[in-house]
Parts: sequence; C-alpha cells; structure tokens
Amino acid sequence: MNDDIRAREGDWVEVECRLLDPADRSKNLPPETAEKPLMMWVKGFAQGEAGRGEELTVETMTGRRVTGVLSAVSPGYYITYGDPIPELTHVGRDLRRRLAEWRRAEGGER
Amino acid sequence: MATRFDALMARRGEIMRRALGMDYDEFELSPIAFDYERMMTAHGYSLDDIVGIQTKAGVGNTPLLELRNLTDLVRSISEPGKGARIFVKDEAANLAGAFKDRRASVSIHVAREKGYEGVIAATSGNYGAAVASQAARNGLKCIICQETFDSRHVGQPEIVEKGRVCESYGAEVVQMTVGPELFFHMVELLDETGYFAASLYSSFGVSGIETLGLELAREMTALTGAPPTHVVVTHAGGGNTTGTARGLKRAGATATEIVSASVDLSGLHMASDTDFNRKSFTTGHTGFGVPFATWPDRADVPRNAARPLRYLDRYLTVTQGEVFYVTEAMAKLEGLERGPAGNTAMTAAVSLARDLPREATVVVQETEYTGAGKHHWSQLNFAREMGVEVRAGDPKDNVPGKVIVIPERLEQIEARDFDVARMRTSYVRNALKNAPGGYAPTAGDIAFLAADTNTDAATVEAIIASLKEA
Repeated sequence: MNDDIRAREGDWVEVECRLLDPADRSKNLPPETAEKPLMMWVKGFAQGEAGRGEELTVETMTGRRVTGVLSAVSPGYYITYGDPIPELTHVGRDLRRRLAEWRRAEGGER
Repeated sequence: MATRFDALMARRGEIMRRALGMDYDEFELSPIAFDYERMMTAHGYSLDDIVGIQTKAGVGNTPLLELRNLTDLVRSISEPGKGARIFVKDEAANLAGAFKDRRASVSIHVAREKGYEGVIAATSGNYGAAVASQAARNGLKCIICQETFDSRHVGQPEIVEKGRVCESYGAEVVQMTVGPELFFHMVELLDETGYFAASLYSSFGVSGIETLGLELAREMTALTGAPPTHVVVTHAGGGNTTGTARGLKRAGATATEIVSASVDLSGLHMASDTDFNRKSFTTGHTGFGVPFATWPDRADVPRNAARPLRYLDRYLTVTQGEVFYVTEAMAKLEGLERGPAGNTAMTAAVSLARDLPREATVVVQETEYTGAGKHHWSQLNFAREMGVEVRAGDPKDNVPGKVIVIPERLEQIEARDFDVARMRTSYVRNALKNAPGGYAPTAGDIAFLAADTNTDAATVEAIIASLKEA
C-alpha cells in the first residue's frame, strides 16, 4: 500500500474512527475482544485536504458528515477466488462418472 | 458514571419505536406472553398484498428445479427403495440474489409508505444487499452496518463482498471490527438520521418470506400432485424457517415436515476477535441458529417475528467441509454455481433424502448468489491463510476453527440431529429468566410457551418443574 496518499477536496476516500475505547465497550465480551477498541471505517467525499493518518471530514453517500483519520483514497475491493482447491477439483469428474455407471446398471435415466 | 453506551441504551426503546413505526407494547399480554399472531398481522397486508408488493419489486416466483442428477446419485448410495426426489427453489434468481429480497421488499415498501427518508439495517449478510437494492428502486437512502474486520483490519471475504455489493446499490456502508456494539451504533445512527429500522426480525420482513412457502407448496402440487413431504431450510436467525413454514401452512400444506439445517460452528465464540476469521460461514450456522431459537427476543426489535421453535420439526447440523463439497457438486452436476451458505440446507437434504423412501419429496427452499469472496474456493483459500487446516478425509474429524475436512465420497455426508427437546427447555428457561424475579407463570403464559415451542401445556409444565429441580 502507498503510504504517501493525499486526499483532495471532493475525492472519494475512507476514514477510520475509534468508535469505543476498550473501557467503554459492552460487558461480557471475550478478553481478546474486550481489550481492543471498536473501530469503524466509513467512505465518503473528502471535505478538505489531508494525508494518511490526518483528521478529515467526509460526506457519505447519504449526506452524513463523519470525521475520522484518512485511511484510503479511492478505496477498492481486492476479494478474489484464488487457486483451485485440490481437495475439490476431482469432485465433478468422480460424481459424473459414478452417476453414469449407476444409470447404466439401473437401465437408464428416470 | 454512565458511558455513551449506557446513555444511548437507556433511550433505546423510544428510538426504536420511532424507527420501527410501531409500538410493540400493544401486543404484550404479561411479563412472558404476547399476542404473536396479532403482531404478525398488525401491518394490515394480506398475503395477496405482499405478493403484489414483491412482484413490483422484482422479487419472488423463482424457478423450482428438480435435481435429477443429485437425486440419482443419492439413490446410488441409498438402500433399495430409498432416496427421495430432491428439488430446489432457486432464490438466487431474486433481484439482489437471495431470499432476503423477500424480507427487504416488504420493509422498504413500508418505509416508503410511512414517509421515511431512508432505511438502516445492521447485517453482514445478503440482507444488506437486499435492503440496498430495494432502497435504490424506491429512492430511499440506505445505511448498512457491517461487522467486517478483525482488530488487524483483516476482512472476512464474504462480508467484504457484501459491502461491495451494498455500495454498488448506492448504500453507505459502515464497517466495524468484531463486537455486538454494532447494534449500539445502529441505534445511534437511527437517532441521528430519523431513518426507518429495516430489522431482519420485524413482522414486515418475516411476512415477506411467507410467499416462499406459498409458492413452493403450489409449485410442488402442480409438479408432483402434492405439497412436498419435507422442506429443508438453511437456518440462522430463524426468520427463514418461520416465514417459510407459515407460508406452507397458509397454502394448506400442514403435513409437510419442516427441517432446519445449520453449519456446525460449535466451540467458536461469535464475539471473539480471534475466532471471527477462523470460520468460513458468516450465516446459516449454529452460532446464530441456537441462541436465536432458544431466545428469539435477543434481537433488535422488542419482540422477534422469527420464532423457529414454533415451526421446526427437526434441526440438522452439517460441517463446513460437507457444505463445500456439495457446493462444488451442485455446480458440476446441476449447473447451479451458488453460494455455500445457501447450500447448507442442500447438504442436509442429501443426507435426509438418503434415508427417506423414493416417493418422498424434499425441497431445499433457497440458493444464494456467489462470486469473488463468497465463493467456496475464496473461503477455503482464506481459511488456509488464517491457519485453519483444510484436508480431505472423513467429515467426522471436522473441528470448527481448526480443521475443515472435505469429504472424499458422497456417502460420507451425514447430517446430525440437534436435540430439539433441549432447545425447547432452554427457551423456556430464558423466557422465565427474562420475567421479573418471583413472577409465577399463569395459565395464559403456559399456553403461550406451549405455542412458542410447538408443544402442549403438560410438556411446558414438566419443563418448568424440571428447571425448578435443577
């Protein structure tokens, strides 16, 4: 990730906010959650200029104004499918073969 | 000193009353009982009205497909005379790709009728896409609150994809780290914006699912001469089971057995920052299924319209690896590349159909869209990255959060019965616990608990007596 990002007025950006400090969080959380702050990310149009980690207000798609620190400019989506799963690649071949054999033995498709 | 959290929660009742546009107090009968049927019909829409709303919304009338290849494969591993016919309702054909569109269409219709400027829902699942899509069609603003990341800012790929699709429909997506305070922030946003709360658990949403039960009863009758003998439902918060079963009953299909199915995620804590990315299913699992069935009123509405213990006859669990195997098989055998979570019921159906006579008919009542992030390959690659072991073998060796075992053969798929009697006991315990201390249940309360657990007064009294002893 590029560390010297800079948002200009009107850019589509993402800001990060600390919504609740650990001390203010809900009771009865498991310790690994309770010791962390509750963080939030919101996207919107920059209302001014800022660099990464600097305070910035955005106007969201619904027109709300949210202030946080700049975490991304033009935030994208990097989800993928990834590699084929070796434990699954044979499934289609095997099941089709098995179905064909069974139908031959039963005298054809219903 | 009251924190911001406590101060807001003290005003929660008042905020939710305005945001839901209805006062739940009028349905309350006692500290335990409320008038469920009156709550479900208070919106005043008939089933025909809802069909009309959904037709306009691009929702419903999805294809009902017979799965001949899967049926024959199941017969190839069944005893002679066994192997029920398997059908699926291809709910991925709804506008935003899942049965959740049925829920959202009614909520968004209500929000527009009542003059709200926008809608808010807290959901990390397909419901967000459904709400965002319907809001777009109705010109309403939309905010979706999602639990997306662990504290290292690593996102669950399925939820990241759901965020993407909500944004593609023009919604504002508020993404958070793990924790139930997601609902706290949702209430804060409802207070700030004055928008409508499009809760998953309102009577609007659950009424919208009744059309699914109605359609599949009618379509199966047209195709086979009778309603299905079994309907298998992927079960999370319980709305899918409740709405589908109610719709079947309204269509006169009173003999159909309702089988709920969830992915077994026992041992994983739903509010754990470290368990969060060690699960490959973000819905349709026991982490929602069991707590919501045994205490429905934990939801974001005062009384939950989803009350699955009223309707389910059996509750089956399957493993993550079994569902991934069946998801792969469905694409290769039936030409249906669909999302894994929606194939939870399909996996249970394979196991169920094997033990039923050939004359039986099993309908899997949903599918969901798939794609990068949601796809079973994405999930398995992500699980490996998160340190979960993925291997081929016997699914009995599955350990949620540690080992995903992908079956080597179809006959290794075997759903397990979850103890429904124990769930009923647990529900009654929770209902009593949530009444004020020292409150003694009346005859009316016993009748309510019997209806809410699909039992009778004698059973409820026996449960209460056993709880007193314990």
